[in-house]
Amino acid sequence: MARDDTPLDQETFDRTLEAELAKGTDRRVAEGRARSAAVRAYRVAHPEEGHAAPGAAAPAAAMVSSVAPAAAAPAAAPAAAMASSVAPAAVAAAAPLAAIATAPVREAPAPTGNVPEAKKGAPEKHRLLALVPPEGIQRVEREQGDRVNVWPHLLLEEFIAMFIVLVGLVIFSAFINAPLRELANPNLTPNPSKAPWYFLGLQELLRYFHPMIAGITIPTFILVGLAAVPYVDRNPSVRPGDRKIAITLFTILFMFGATLTIAGSFFRGPGYNWVWPWAQGVFFEL
Amino acid sequence: MRLKPPSLSEIGDKVRETEVWKSIFRPGSIFRKGYKDTSRDRALATMNNVLYHLHPVKVKRHGLKLTYTFCLGGLSFFLFILLTVTGIFLMFFYRQSAALGSSQAYSDMQNIRTTVFFGDLVRNLHRWGAHLMVLSVTLHMARVFYTGAYKPPREFNWVVGVILLFLTLGLSFTGYLLPWDQLAIWAVTVGTSLAGYSPFIAKQANFLLLGGAVVGPETLLRWYVLHVLFLPFILVIFLAVHFWRIRKDGGVSGPL
Repeated sequence: MARDDTPLDQETFDRTLEAELAKGTDRRVAEGRARSAAVRAYRVAHPEEGHAAPGAAAPAAAMVSSVAPAAAAPAAAPAAAMASSVAPAAVAAAAPLAAIATAPVREAPAPTGNVPEAKKGAPEKHRLLALVPPEGIQRVEREQGDRVNVWPHLLLEEFIAMFIVLVGLVIFSAFINAPLRELANPNLTPNPSKAPWYFLGLQELLRYFHPMIAGITIPTFILVGLAAVPYVDRNPSVRPGDRKIAITLFTILFMFGATLTIAGSFFRGPGYNWVWPWAQGVFFEL
Repeated sequence: MRLKPPSLSEIGDKVRETEVWKSIFRPGSIFRKGYKDTSRDRALATMNNVLYHLHPVKVKRHGLKLTYTFCLGGLSFFLFILLTVTGIFLMFFYRQSAALGSSQAYSDMQNIRTTVFFGDLVRNLHRWGAHLMVLSVTLHMARVFYTGAYKPPREFNWVVGVILLFLTLGLSFTGYLLPWDQLAIWAVTVGTSLAGYSPFIAKQANFLLLGGAVVGPETLLRWYVLHVLFLPFILVIFLAVHFWRIRKDGGVSGPL
């Protein structure tokens, strides 16, 4: 009998659904879990209908029928409710074991020695049909999450995001020209001379540290440190509440970098001295 | 006897039956058998499309939430494509040669701004897009950190991402020199002066970067090749690994 037409144990269904929803599981997933629990419960309660798992041999089914009624029948009402929640787990654990222990050993037929002859004129070719041991197969267990089709949902979102950025960039570029100063002249140093904006944080650091520290040690440390983040932070949780230290540290460093970059960009003027942009103006070019 | 001209849909059916059409679109492609808005056709639309390289048929629903990814990774990739297209356009009108006092590179830049059709707009797009890409890649990194998306099994993909950030900065910085104006050479002079402080190999590092003792014509040639060939080539390889690992590691991370 296919799984779909197995009757459901309504009580188990309702209870499991409620428990899953209380856990915050998505409704579709919760319903799936409730249904499968209900089917299992029904099979346990009605072993005579032959619902035992297809792989399990007869002894496993026998075991099920001896366990479940023993637990359920003599007990009073509250115990019965508990037993029906325990029984499926017990069956799930017991059935494969029983199948392994008691399934009759089936031997492969002995080789006949009749190697088929190749057709006349057939090209010299060999084909190998290999036996793949179960442990040789990579088993991927896809968690049954709440998924949506990439088309149209994700692709439309991406197209819209792309379109907005493209239009914004074209409008910006149509009205604001990228700078092009006079021809390069190695003998005429502009004042101030600044690096591109993403290096201005480092240039700002040069004011406070020896160039070797600011220009070599700190950038290397940042890059290596960034790459090492997943190997240092071994906390498995992704919930912000569990990651207060990591989030605080990263935010401080990120803000530190942003502050230095902004200071180097807007608060440094001729001679790379401190200026207030609202008083002396902005010495910054992109 | 009057022949009735074939209707548009008849022509369409005929075209779809040709061998050429069938060779272009895979069996199951919506361009071969039409599209009905069913869950099966939605799946086939992704599966028989080149975008299947990037996207699986289904993704986790929470990944669609704009406030989870902010589309930053995808937009960084889009900006990379835009920069490649505009960059190729600019390459048609730019020669990377410079000499003291006069410079082909600089006059080509002026040419792009004044005489090349849409030259100014394309150059603006290229420059502003480059700045925006540095920003979006950085913000993408911050987003990945805050959602904990670097945690197992995605540790290595985070490392690839850090390399991509580094390459993005490298591409932006090498491109900064190419206009060969005062802004370019002095920004690069300041930016590369730090290499002279590296321990043990100060002189060698400086020479490797500049092709000489100071920023000069050799630097321009060197950075041009780095900018238009070498760094994009390396970046694309790491991009391929990055995208492949996203899918292998289970798609978008989370939910939180």
